[in-house]
Amino acid sequence: MTASTFEQVRNVASDIFRVPADKITAESSPETIESWDSMQHLNLVLAVEEKFGVQLEPEDIEQMKSVGAVAELVERLQSAARQ
Amino acid sequence: MSDAISNPPPAERHPSTLRAEIDGLIAQGAFDAAARRLSELWRRDPAAGTASFVTSRLDELRDKLALTNFQLAKFRFAILRSFTVEPIVPLLRAEAFAYGIDLEVHVGDFNTYVQDMLDGRSSLYRFAPNAVVLAVRADQAAPELWSDFADLSPEAARQAAERVVHGYEQWIGAFRKHSQAALIVHSLERPSSPSLGVLDGQSEAGQSGLIRQINRELRRIASEFHGVYVLDYDALVARHGSEHWHDERKWLTARLPIAADYLLQMAREWMRFIVPLSAPLSGRTAKVLVVDLDNTLWGGVIGEDGMAGIKVGPEYPGAPYQALQRALLDLSRKGILLAVCSKNNLDDAMEALEKHPGMLVRAKHFAALRINWTDKAQNLREIAQELNVGIDALAFLDDNPFEREQVRAALPEITVIDLPKNPLEYAAAVRNCAAFERLALSAEDQQRTEMYVAQKERAGAEQNFQSKEDFFRYLEQEAELEPVTDLTLARIAQLTQKTNQFNLTTRRYTETQIAEMAKQPDWRIFSIKVRDRFGDHGLVGVAITHDVGEQCEVDTFLLSCRVIGRTVESALLAHLAASAAERGRKRLEGWFLPTKKNAPARDFYEQHGFELRATNCEGSLWALDLTSCAPLCPDWIKLKVSDRD
Repeated sequence: MTASTFEQVRNVASDIFRVPADKITAESSPETIESWDSMQHLNLVLAVEEKFGVQLEPEDIEQMKSVGAVAELVERLQSAARQ
Repeated sequence: MSDAISNPPPAERHPSTLRAEIDGLIAQGAFDAAARRLSELWRRDPAAGTASFVTSRLDELRDKLALTNFQLAKFRFAILRSFTVEPIVPLLRAEAFAYGIDLEVHVGDFNTYVQDMLDGRSSLYRFAPNAVVLAVRADQAAPELWSDFADLSPEAARQAAERVVHGYEQWIGAFRKHSQAALIVHSLERPSSPSLGVLDGQSEAGQSGLIRQINRELRRIASEFHGVYVLDYDALVARHGSEHWHDERKWLTARLPIAADYLLQMAREWMRFIVPLSAPLSGRTAKVLVVDLDNTLWGGVIGEDGMAGIKVGPEYPGAPYQALQRALLDLSRKGILLAVCSKNNLDDAMEALEKHPGMLVRAKHFAALRINWTDKAQNLREIAQELNVGIDALAFLDDNPFEREQVRAALPEITVIDLPKNPLEYAAAVRNCAAFERLALSAEDQQRTEMYVAQKERAGAEQNFQSKEDFFRYLEQEAELEPVTDLTLARIAQLTQKTNQFNLTTRRYTETQIAEMAKQPDWRIFSIKVRDRFGDHGLVGVAITHDVGEQCEVDTFLLSCRVIGRTVESALLAHLAASAAERGRKRLEGWFLPTKKNAPARDFYEQHGFELRATNCEGSLWALDLTSCAPLCPDWIKLKVSDRD
């Protein structure tokens, strides 16, 4: 995962979960971020789709278990779209 | 143009720069500047991520803004639903914030709307909402018709439709018993692929036909209750296109039927109800739309292109400007006044307004004209003054983003409409602006422009008289007083919501609250209609009284600004006093509660012989002894009292 994708995902997560961006790491997850519940998870899905122009499948959504995992997923989908 | 260059407005900022700036302003304690930037950020980038940012900063700013000039009206909105609405909530709150509304939202559980409405102790009623939306989709509201239609006999299908209507009727009736909040009911959408294919279109008793019939019945039910409205969800989906609006994937995985790109449209549709519903609380209604001329009302610049060069007419490229003009005429029919503010030579502009064959709006449609080279903010102030409304009652339409930003900076209380760059989208931008939505129309609304024209003639006549009394006699005023009726209820509520100047207590009431008051035996609600030799003013005054023991208390006493200074208030007071005395009351009492705007009413009680009883931080209490005083109706007003009370 590149630094810039991670940073962008971190900013999106910071808006959605109302946590300062500098408190979010690649390992941040529903266990470490209190406001990351199922409804906020849906908001995260929508915000990621909007920000990166990707479409997330139910299987993708299940993989979004940490901020780092979301960034990796975004990169994978973006590179798949380029091919 | 030269103005824009010599006096540049703040340059457009990138959203991420704006965010940093907002957090900087909050850290410095510049809260109202931060709030203005926050609303700019939302206008520039109305996306899901921005909404989270806006709502989180709003939550931080709320208490601090109370101490500044930045006005935010609180409004409590409950969503009863059969589908996932959570992602819409931040968009809705950000959109509301841009309209000066601090929206608190309660979301009901999935599909518990029936219990929530029937049970007077449910979390819905404990939330004490100002308005509730019943956002239920056809698959839940009419499951038999939606999913199993092909199984039903024609008779069974008809009965299923009747059951749906009956259900709505019961829930809405129960809701009205438990709450005075406004209720917005989503109509049901028709299936985009009916189960019988094209055959469905051949009969009114088909799947689509029956859903249409349910929707018709929903409108009937809504019309039978005060404060119940239908949101035409079927038309909303059709407007955006069913294929675009829906997202089958999100529906099946997250019970979210609306595609991500359209969640904002859903929020905006709710806003078209919330803005007019919150007007009684915010005291803000856009009453006048002030329009620019060049490249707004017509294409091109009249001073350079001339009559033959400007574009306006039935064919492209004139057609989009005609479409905008049609939208303006529709607003004018809803009672919104039109005015012109344009940098132009008066003669050039008037020639186009009067004589250009492609124009649909003419000079006579405008209640005020400011065509000159003066600064627009100054012209807007003058227009507000001439039309006797506050600056916050103006909306401003101009194609030039520099002019818009200048007006925004100079007069932050004005509603500025951001016209899209493409003239093809002008008309829709005006038609979809929530600031012009009205939920009820009175007869006065429909002829307001004519009334303002008559007002101009009156003002001309007044100058020819030596004394005010001569002028009043010349006016030949006739006033008609009557207790509230079903026909006047909407206008009475509207006047309590909009009247700021001659208003002794400035208490805002909804239609539902007025209807409720009218049922109480101790309360009296009067309206006064006035006409004179120049025309009909319509229903222009309201008085509400409440009998308590030997006293009659004046709860509300107000006059529309159209008749201030015509002694109509004395006629209305004379009737209140006579009516109270007739019921055996010994005293008439009333508060004057000062606001920023009601100075014209300040001396009313004193001038009419009332004695000061008490003063506190909110206002002063005045009383009139009815056993020794009887205020008279001025002899130049012919007063007719309808005795339906």
